Amino acid sequence: MDGSSALATVLIAMLGGAIRVSTPFLFVALGEMLTERSGRINLGLEGTLVLGAMSGYAISYHTGSPWLGLLVAGCAGMMMGALHALICRLPKVNDIAVGIALMLFGLGIAFFLGKAYIQPSAPRLPSIPLGFWSDNPQIAQALQINPLFLIGIALAFFLAWALKNTRPGLILRVTGDSEAAARALGHPVMLIRLIATACGGFLAGVGGAFLSLYYPGSWNEGLSSGQGLMAVALVIFARWDPIRCMVAAMLFGAAGALGPSLQAIGITQGYYFFNAAPYILTLLLMIGSAGSKKALRDAPGELALTR
Amino acid sequence: MSATSAPRAIGLEAIGMRKVFGSLVALDDVSLKVPAGSFHALLGENGAGKSTLVKCIMGFYQPDAGQVLVDGRERAIRNPKEAAEAGIGMVYQHFTLVPSLTGAENLVISRPQGKMIIRWAEENAALAAFLDRMPFRAPLDRPVALLSAGEKQKLEILKQLYLDQRFIILDEPTSVLTPGEADEVLGLLRDMTRRGEVTVLMITHKFREVTAFADDLTVLRKGAFAGNGVVKNTSVESMSSMMIGDTPIRERADRVAHQNKPVVLDIAGVFADADDGRPAIEAINLKIRAGEIVGIAGVSGNGQSALVEVLSGQRPMRLGQLAIHGEDYLPNRASMARLKVFGLPEEPLKNATVPRMSVAENMAFRSFDRPPIASLKWWLSPAPMRKQAEELIAKYRVKTPSPDAPIAALSGGNVQRSVLARELSGDVDVLIVANPCFGLDFASVAEIRAQIMDQRNRGAAVLLVSEDLDEILSLSDRVAVMSGGQITYVEEIGKTDRATIGAHMAGGGH
Repeated sequence: MDGSSALATVLIAMLGGAIRVSTPFLFVALGEMLTERSGRINLGLEGTLVLGAMSGYAISYHTGSPWLGLLVAGCAGMMMGALHALICRLPKVNDIAVGIALMLFGLGIAFFLGKAYIQPSAPRLPSIPLGFWSDNPQIAQALQINPLFLIGIALAFFLAWALKNTRPGLILRVTGDSEAAARALGHPVMLIRLIATACGGFLAGVGGAFLSLYYPGSWNEGLSSGQGLMAVALVIFARWDPIRCMVAAMLFGAAGALGPSLQAIGITQGYYFFNAAPYILTLLLMIGSAGSKKALRDAPGELALTR
Repeated sequence: MSATSAPRAIGLEAIGMRKVFGSLVALDDVSLKVPAGSFHALLGENGAGKSTLVKCIMGFYQPDAGQVLVDGRERAIRNPKEAAEAGIGMVYQHFTLVPSLTGAENLVISRPQGKMIIRWAEENAALAAFLDRMPFRAPLDRPVALLSAGEKQKLEILKQLYLDQRFIILDEPTSVLTPGEADEVLGLLRDMTRRGEVTVLMITHKFREVTAFADDLTVLRKGAFAGNGVVKNTSVESMSSMMIGDTPIRERADRVAHQNKPVVLDIAGVFADADDGRPAIEAINLKIRAGEIVGIAGVSGNGQSALVEVLSGQRPMRLGQLAIHGEDYLPNRASMARLKVFGLPEEPLKNATVPRMSVAENMAFRSFDRPPIASLKWWLSPAPMRKQAEELIAKYRVKTPSPDAPIAALSGGNVQRSVLARELSGDVDVLIVANPCFGLDFASVAEIRAQIMDQRNRGAAVLLVSEDLDEILSLSDRVAVMSGGQITYVEEIGKTDRATIGAHMAGGGH
């Protein structure tokens, strides 16, 4: 294998990886973006993601329908989100502390209920072979695209449009930016946050189902490895913009695919180092964006982060 | 909207309004009559009940007695939404626009009903047509956070007109405007009242605005009706006696003439950034001599608070140098104590106290780590701390239940007095003061201004930042104007006047 074809292999593998690995990032990030735009941070999405992965896998195993599993995963996530919002509306409750508690709760309940599903194999989500035009098996492999990825992209564009061009979108932004203004306009702040957090939880649950039902495609306790938490960092890096969330999710996906694709061309040195690429990227991005005062300009005014 | 259905001003009458909070009678049998198409001023000191009255009219509070008549008919207003339906709108002192939304988005979202999907082409056309009918305009395409205070205030008023509110209540509308902007906005609103398009009720304590723009006035004092009249037939003296009553006011300390005193505080080429990284102040140069008060005038948000924060060590300086008595001054605790720098920041409860700590502890912030309160540099004795506090409370007439009460329980004037007691009890070489009298009653204002003047007469160099031009004109020896983060004008007080300063505050006059 000469140098240029090896490089092409790595790049194609990273492209495929970006598409596959980025999907859960994309859903969790869009969900978190929605929640934060309403003025709350939900750090519990890591737990929601894992619970979604477990419940989606279990339902798919029992009913034989991965799509039904996906729906149930979303609903489980929605309940977690609603729980977060309901606890946070109590007086003197800190949303970050509740988020951490719910993250541990979600992980715990998923591990507890999920013990029975580690062994059995459940039907997985189908993929669309968009690489049919190519003779190159690597490209064909890389372009095996799951419909959820396309839905996620469409969702990002839809949310970007809706935040500017619909009344609910504007009301969400008002609530996140100035609670007093939202109240003065007569909008029920707590209800709006409940809906935003529940929708955010739904998206995170769907992201989790993607993990267990498509890629990697099985249920085990080490499935998520912090993707839910990284998505929070990603939203800050994307400065609360859905389109930038999408780009950032792909970037994280590509970074996550770096280790496996280097291994594919026989570079095994530093395998664990390259596998840690997304975490290193998170760290660098956080340092970079924390130093930039501009980032805070776009932050919703009611976020605990900015106060 | 066609010309035939042009909305008309509405009249409002409040009769026998009474509101009791616990044991405090906030409003006692107050009546107010504002005929359609008039410009009415509601005068009173802080705590006189103006806001309570207006909040009862707007439906934020339910009055315990009394009724509101809209256009002569009784109307129950249970919440702000019903006030809006009755055509009553209010422009608050604190802006209610949403900072990250553009002007257009703010207007469109403020409408009570609307379609799910906003067609921006149609909306923008409608907004442009609306602005064409209005006497003044504000930019609609930029996020509100990027607008100046004057533009925001205009947008707030436009919002009420956009919502077809024909009775507009303005709560101290000019506190964030330059004198020029204030005259423009109030003048245009008065023209609208003359044409019968709106009725205006303005809460204020500035006599100048009342005499220049209002038709009638009502004065409140301590929650009760203190008088009313037609502005044309009421002198400023009778307005102020209605407002203050017979409270004796301590005369201002006389200004002692100083000559050829040395420069104490030297601010040279100071730059600093705001929290979001944009420059807050640029190339500030100012020398203040001993026994001199330099007043910094300016509309709020033009860098004055950043300058005060730099001098008191709350904000890092990007470039520049500070010197006191020719010695480098780094704003930290050690050099403040050594060079005798003291300060009275704005909103003292937030910036100069720990609200939950006791009055005695708050009063000891400058001295707690020195004898007699501290021994061996770390052992604090409560007894001397309490004794010091008791002396200061007596000397500065702070009204507090005890030295151990949390300072947050005190009224605004008494918090300000406590901070003043702490800052002025020692030997003062440099005094940095920001909006010292904001929101205080007449008696406290006079007393605090007298204390500042005392310090000047004793030879302190005083930097006075104030949004109240009258305060600057009455206290300062020299005036500097800040606009857009720079000092644009410096002049001896005797060689300048309100109009010149106002022009520089507006960023003009170069």
